[in-house]
Amino acid sequence: MYTPSPNFSWGKVGMGARGASRAAGACPMNTNVGIVIVSHSPDVAKGAADMVRQMVGDDVPLAWCGGAPGGGLGTSVEAIMAAIDRAWSEAGVAILVDLGGAETNSEMAIEMLPDERRDRVVICNAPVVEGAVMAGTEASAGSSLEHVRRTAEELRAA
Amino acid sequence: MSETAQSSVVIEHEVGLHARPSVKLTQLAKSFRSRIEISTAAEGPWIDAKSIVKVMGSKTPKGALLHVRAEGEDAETAVQAIVALVERDFETA
Repeated sequence: MYTPSPNFSWGKVGMGARGASRAAGACPMNTNVGIVIVSHSPDVAKGAADMVRQMVGDDVPLAWCGGAPGGGLGTSVEAIMAAIDRAWSEAGVAILVDLGGAETNSEMAIEMLPDERRDRVVICNAPVVEGAVMAGTEASAGSSLEHVRRTAEELRAA
Repeated sequence: MSETAQSSVVIEHEVGLHARPSVKLTQLAKSFRSRIEISTAAEGPWIDAKSIVKVMGSKTPKGALLHVRAEGEDAETAVQAIVALVERDFETA
């Protein structure tokens, strides 16, 4: 069972004041689907987020999280929920995950979201780095959440 | 009012149509309403310029002649914009 810890590891990339992220609609960027990157490694998550920022630009809400609550490799439901919050967009949020626990913890994080947000968050079945860049590119053009997810997952079929 | 347009341009970017140039080309293509396709040969195969997966997957190398065609209300503007992007080596205008 997941136990929340005050020491969970999370980060964000170039998103402005984190406390101001509730002002959905005030920022035009929030009309594009947001991207959340979840890895067991904070370095991987941050690096993937850096790639999205540098390659795709600033038009996509973006957040990442990685690392176990007590340090070391792992993921945390609480950190994932916080990342979803930072990348929140009325258009929804697409999550990219790396391995096993990242996916199950992301599913748990989605389940714990408020009712009005739960149906607007999806996990993409795609490689974390490549999927994040593909999803980010699609999102930057104002595409729907479903379209963003399909673009990330199209990689597997290619 | 539908129009069609077509042009071609040589890719001079050092790495060709790889990751970062692909993202820029796709983003630009998506800003137009027309259907836009690219190909490395006049006879095709043509790929959807708005599909990041297909554009990046094309692995178009430096020196390739990129054909661009569009169909729709802003086809002419779209083709010109994409050719201009390639000509300025994918630097943002």
